[in-house]
Amino acid sequence: MSQKISIDPITRLEGHGRIDLFLDEEGELANAYMVVPELRGFEKFCEGRPVEEMPRITQRICGVCPLAHHVAAAKAGDAVYHVDPPPAAKKLRELLYASFFVADHATHFYALAAPDFVVGPDAPKAERNLLGVIQKVGEETGSRVLQLLQDNHEIAAIIAGRYIHSVGCIVGGMSKPITEDERQRIEELAARSVETALFSLQLFDQVVLQNQRYVDMVLSDAYAHETYYMGLVDQGNRVNFYDGRVRVVGPEGDELLTYEPHEYLDVVAEHIEPWTYLKFPYLKSVGWKGFVDGPDSGVYRATPLSRLNAAEGMATPKAQAEYERFYDTLGGKPVHATLATHWARLIELLYAAERTVELAQDPEITSDQIRTIPTETPTEGVGIVEAPRGTLTHHYVSDERGLLKRVNLIVGTTNNYAAISMSIKKAAQDLVKAGRVIDDGLLNKIEMAFRAYDPCLGCATHALPGQTPMIVRLYDHQQELVREIRRD
Amino acid sequence: MSETKPKLAFYWAASCGGCEITITELGMRLVATSKKVDIVFWPCLMDFKYSDVEALEDDEIDVCFFNGAIRSSENEHVANLLRQKSKLLVSFGSCAHTGGIPGLANFYDAESILERVYDTAPSVDESRGTRPTPSFEVPEGIIEIPTFYDQVMTLDQTVEVDYFMPGCPPVADQVWNVFQTILAGELPDKGATIGVDPKTNCDVCPREKGEGGFRVTEWKRPHEVDLDPDLCFLAQGVICCGPATRAGCGLPCISGNMPCRGCYGPPEGVFDQGAKLLSAIGALIDTEEPELVAQIMDTIVDPGGLSYRFGLANSVMAELKYRQRSQESDT
Repeated sequence: MSQKISIDPITRLEGHGRIDLFLDEEGELANAYMVVPELRGFEKFCEGRPVEEMPRITQRICGVCPLAHHVAAAKAGDAVYHVDPPPAAKKLRELLYASFFVADHATHFYALAAPDFVVGPDAPKAERNLLGVIQKVGEETGSRVLQLLQDNHEIAAIIAGRYIHSVGCIVGGMSKPITEDERQRIEELAARSVETALFSLQLFDQVVLQNQRYVDMVLSDAYAHETYYMGLVDQGNRVNFYDGRVRVVGPEGDELLTYEPHEYLDVVAEHIEPWTYLKFPYLKSVGWKGFVDGPDSGVYRATPLSRLNAAEGMATPKAQAEYERFYDTLGGKPVHATLATHWARLIELLYAAERTVELAQDPEITSDQIRTIPTETPTEGVGIVEAPRGTLTHHYVSDERGLLKRVNLIVGTTNNYAAISMSIKKAAQDLVKAGRVIDDGLLNKIEMAFRAYDPCLGCATHALPGQTPMIVRLYDHQQELVREIRRD
Repeated sequence: MSETKPKLAFYWAASCGGCEITITELGMRLVATSKKVDIVFWPCLMDFKYSDVEALEDDEIDVCFFNGAIRSSENEHVANLLRQKSKLLVSFGSCAHTGGIPGLANFYDAESILERVYDTAPSVDESRGTRPTPSFEVPEGIIEIPTFYDQVMTLDQTVEVDYFMPGCPPVADQVWNVFQTILAGELPDKGATIGVDPKTNCDVCPREKGEGGFRVTEWKRPHEVDLDPDLCFLAQGVICCGPATRAGCGLPCISGNMPCRGCYGPPEGVFDQGAKLLSAIGALIDTEEPELVAQIMDTIVDPGGLSYRFGLANSVMAELKYRQRSQESDT
């Protein structure tokens, strides 16, 4: 008797996701589908809108990572108007963006990743959440983490009005400079963020790396895929979130190619499947071979782990030391272990905090030269940044008045859609076996396969008890419900 | 006594997650509040299974905060379900309230959106033209996905709403105020807009408007001019939606030196925010000549997308469109 198992719903950024598992007559996994049942159509309804409004419109794609869209849209707008913002404006943007990364990565680690490791993958369900983490590590640590988020929200408010749906980045630069008092405040908050980032890495060390069971899990084949890796790098091939070239390395770690934002269509193509609203990007030169890994499949990943694999180091000293320890511990580059993404994310968190301090100390950061007024006729442009969840591309074609004629977007999590689908299938293949009871522990281990990617599950999980709830329904081949397992 | 704690639910439909993040901006205040309530549904965080909500008694949820617009059959289904199970339904944030940014899609229909995303987007490969299909047969069985509607609807165009809480997103301090009001049992009469101030943003804005008012001969766009941080945007000739927008946000965009875009919706007594804005800015034009008026108004690019930035799904334009559609389907 063949069966369909629906895990419905799981969350992703814009709301809802579902996993459909199909079992063959023996009860072994036949296939797994990650279904995204949602579309809003920004690519279409941004047509007719003015280019300069896009940093404010497109951040409503994602209220969890609004600054990624805000900054990418401003950069695409610069390109459309052929305008180069003054150095101080670029530094202010990068400062704002680095601080945002601190808040976003910390949210994911503490609210989503930590419950699985700090509380434990098989811990009672009611404890496997942020409050469980706080209980385990103490209220003092809990409030320190919430303070970290608030501090970085405050930095965004100083520079760009507010954290959720900021207003600071505009075509040609920034809407206002910062004062010396504001600079000092940012420096103070950022220094505290570096301390909390270092503490977070210590915590990961104690809880995960000193626990052989977790190390085995992280390194197990069920949670690994040998794919291509993508990430933005600076001139020294070090990780950068705000600017640079996009670099892609192969499953062996060798460079496949690098590209400038305006060349993205030469590198990335998207495949459509009729059973989901989300498209599957892949590397054009390698080609779409379906949901498989290896050097012949164009599937790539764009995650914190990918960025570390695609780069040759970190641009700040403390993060660089962690980067070296990461690869020393995990047996060299590249690392394919999906669950190691959690560690990579914390290394990026440290880099982002260090970079925030560096920029807050930059003598030019309080300059009032923060705008270049465009003078040329707008045409077409592409803006790329690294969003926390992957390389983010905004592509605009404008008329001569600066009204948009065409928009194309390839968004952070979307890059990883094929890889997430594969990771879920592989974990499920390892776990779903004929005759094996499907219970809560099994569900959580399937979840861990996609949670590593941080598919925007981080929304709002700062402070309330919670987990990704799941329901598994087993149907017979006539779609009659045979059994239901709920994780409450 | 957990029985006496009010039961709360949070849900997101067609939205961005910013309404969830604004709640978390409460920080330690949220931890304190979470001890006083019983949250029975929050897809973001907790057990969000629809079957659990279905198993609740009708009206068992005391207050449901619903964010997001109604874009698909799934959104509509869950809105109906939560209405049935909730004593009070709060339309939370711009998308549920007036359609929000996703409501801009009402300038187009479903087919043109699907065409752009799946047929003509330049990154799509030879699978171009493949369309998501509500019920699709894969080799192993059937996969179903919700239907993408032709138009975005607001929550109260879909189900009856008890309170409206605007903002994109509602600012954290207003969320905190509303939580306190609910816990104290001091909600106003049904139908009220909550978490807001009674005035317009213009009324509460500290920027200088100049002696004896001002007149405008040309509208400029924010990226075209140096923006004075102390002077009224309208006085600088830059369109600001403050005169047509309800106060309550604390003006974070204005303090970021950018003009208001109206996310808190129309002020009390105004239905159509866009019409209100266009009449407010029309009154500032410095000429009596009809031809010049047209010329000056023509310097506003994308007037529809600007004046209905967050409110297209809740506008007179939308009402006319619905009426036209229902007449077409009647005949």
